[in-house]
Amino acid sequence: MSEENMKPMEEVVLPPAGSLLLSSSPHVHQGESITTIMLKVLICLIPAIVASICMFGLNAVLVLLYCTAFCAVFEYLCNFLMKQPQTVKYLSAVLTGVILAMNLPATVPWWICLVGSFVAIIIAKQIFGGLGQNPFNPAAVARVALLIGFAGPMTTWVTPMQGFAATSDFTTGATPLGTAQMASGTEISLTTFEKLESTDALMQSFIGNIGGSLGETSALAILLGGIGLIVFRLIKWQIPFAIIGTTMLFTWLVNTVDPTLTPGALFHVCSGGLMLGAFFMATDMVTSPITHRGALIYGAMIGLITCVIRIWGAYPDGVSFAIVIMNALVPLIDRICYKRPFGWSPASASALQMRRNEVK
Amino acid sequence: MYSDNPRKFIGGVHPDDGKALSCEKPIRVAPLLEKYVVPVPQNIGKPPKVIVNKGDLVKKGQLIADADGFVSVPLHSPTSGTVGETVLIPGAVGTMIPAIEIISDGQDEWGSALEPIPDWKNTDREILKKRICDAGIIGMGGAAFPSHVKLSPPPEKVIDTLILNGAECEPYLTADHRLMLEHPNCVLEGAAIAAKILKVDRVFVGIEENKQNAIDAMKERAGKYGIKIVPLRVRYPQGAEKQLIMAITGRHVVAGGLPMDVGCVVQNVGTCAAIRAAVVEGHPLIERMTTITGSPVKDPCTWQLRIGTPVAEALKLAGGIVAPAAKLILGGPMMGFAQATLDGSVAKNSSGILLLQAEETGQYTSNPCIRCGRCVDACPMRLLPGPISVLVESEKYDQAEQAFVMDCVECGACSYVCPANRPLIQHFRRAKAEINALRRAGKK
Repeated sequence: MSEENMKPMEEVVLPPAGSLLLSSSPHVHQGESITTIMLKVLICLIPAIVASICMFGLNAVLVLLYCTAFCAVFEYLCNFLMKQPQTVKYLSAVLTGVILAMNLPATVPWWICLVGSFVAIIIAKQIFGGLGQNPFNPAAVARVALLIGFAGPMTTWVTPMQGFAATSDFTTGATPLGTAQMASGTEISLTTFEKLESTDALMQSFIGNIGGSLGETSALAILLGGIGLIVFRLIKWQIPFAIIGTTMLFTWLVNTVDPTLTPGALFHVCSGGLMLGAFFMATDMVTSPITHRGALIYGAMIGLITCVIRIWGAYPDGVSFAIVIMNALVPLIDRICYKRPFGWSPASASALQMRRNEVK
Repeated sequence: MYSDNPRKFIGGVHPDDGKALSCEKPIRVAPLLEKYVVPVPQNIGKPPKVIVNKGDLVKKGQLIADADGFVSVPLHSPTSGTVGETVLIPGAVGTMIPAIEIISDGQDEWGSALEPIPDWKNTDREILKKRICDAGIIGMGGAAFPSHVKLSPPPEKVIDTLILNGAECEPYLTADHRLMLEHPNCVLEGAAIAAKILKVDRVFVGIEENKQNAIDAMKERAGKYGIKIVPLRVRYPQGAEKQLIMAITGRHVVAGGLPMDVGCVVQNVGTCAAIRAAVVEGHPLIERMTTITGSPVKDPCTWQLRIGTPVAEALKLAGGIVAPAAKLILGGPMMGFAQATLDGSVAKNSSGILLLQAEETGQYTSNPCIRCGRCVDACPMRLLPGPISVLVESEKYDQAEQAFVMDCVECGACSYVCPANRPLIQHFRRAKAEINALRRAGKK
């Protein structure tokens, strides 16, 4: 080396042999993991959890605890028995548990939570191959199963704001959707709907001071969490947008054509599991379409099926049915909405074929 | 077509750029080393034929390996001295490649056979093109494609635009940035020569907005050459050829097509500076700007290194390491190649030597795809990386091909965002290799 260029160097340390890792690019990562995503969704559920505890007191706490604990234990046991890597740490089962609890009335006994968790984790998820492989939303499947199997406890709606203590001595009442369904098409329909659609009733329904399952009551709390989901980019905004938009449009149309059949759009948005389903259940990444266009179609279909079940079906609410039905159609939607790559054109397809022939 | 607003492409990600480590520091010229190890196969295409033997005396810039065919470029001695052994060293991608040792005599005496052409404006285009080939110039942004081939489009393709790639979207690297800031005239004159060869008068330089001082320096002088500077949105992979063309001209290179299909030729800014040196000064390509950087490096900086500088010597120039390094990467962190040893050499396309600490470059296990769709939003080619990777995992190469896996540009944006830490790019490389093998076997 030439002298003038030489800097006085102290000992220079180089990476020792064998200390360097080899891997395929890219060598850096954003840092987001499945666990952090699930944790963020759980954080977005906090307003709804707080609201449910305010409404139903210790009963709600118990249902939440039972469901999360059972779901996590089932996931652990299933992985353990099938000698699979533990997936409890991804918090996916915990999230399923919380959402399942949100779908149950506050008064359900512990064994309903147990059956629900079993259906959600074992039947709807692990049997299909565990995390990422389940075609149906576990919580929605569990709710549908419980609703059909245990119609009694699943439709005992306790009136909120009866104090904090866990008690079996409570007053019950029908949900607004139930009231609406009973009145639909009868002589009292118009007066009932008018009552349900009064500003005061809608306000109570929006805040959550109505009968319903834990997460169905407060549309406001769900909306707060839902905004969080969209801001943190945890869900595709197209899904809740399409569900709520379609529901409002369709119920408005039906209400305009035949006001005795069903109340108006605002009533439908604020009541039942629509908000919970639109923001937290239909948006489950594993069971919803991967493209944005697909998400719009999927959301619109869920909204439509929900309305049809609510207005003409046997059940007062149909969100979970709609979600499960549309989950089954997700592969089809993904196929229809397949994106063409950047630079695709009919001409390019033939150009590609020519290049392929050249390679031959 | 042209405005001052930064232009956009589809998708992309925005990694921490890490450029602050070295972007403020001026380029340093590396001192003469005792020994250089010049890799022979450096360009895409056929490697050159070695024409020197052990013990031969060579001058700086003298031919040591000659081009072998059209898609091939010659190789020149980085300094004056004696030809040593031909050794095998690990190439960037990990295979062992032959390399010629040049033992320096300390004189660093020029002996280039190339005459300077200062009056290139009045020189025949074919002569200029031949000069670019003779100087051994290849794409210095990383692609390593011989530049004279790029500048010789088939006659049926009408070229109307030359685009200079100064995006440098790879995090950490500042080689192009410093080059444009400190030697804007070299870059611009090189671009003017390339434009003359291509007979185009629309010349753009795309530069990401995070290099404002380079944009200013280039803008100040660009008018003289009739070249337009286009600030680009800071987003990876802004410097990918097809994305750059879309951002600047609005044209879409069709799938499986080349830039010349839409009338564009893209050259890296470093390549243009090398073209100027070859034409105006008669210097073959024996030096390049390389950023030696990363948090474990004592003194990260952009260096002017001779081709053939051993990686270990280059790291010594930067003062070695002050923290344990987990990965050595030739190139940037998104598309660069990890190295297992320090035995490699700086090649004509080595834009950076990057060291990363263990916590910056995690080792992950692949988890199941949860279909979150982040890869879909990140993909600049609008592919569905997650679902394609599931197809590749179950070896459904036919379906992967129908899902356009061959259009993947391997930018790494999808792997970068994947919360399940899936090695998506690795899956796609495997699928491409399998599909190409099938095609070659004539089964398709």
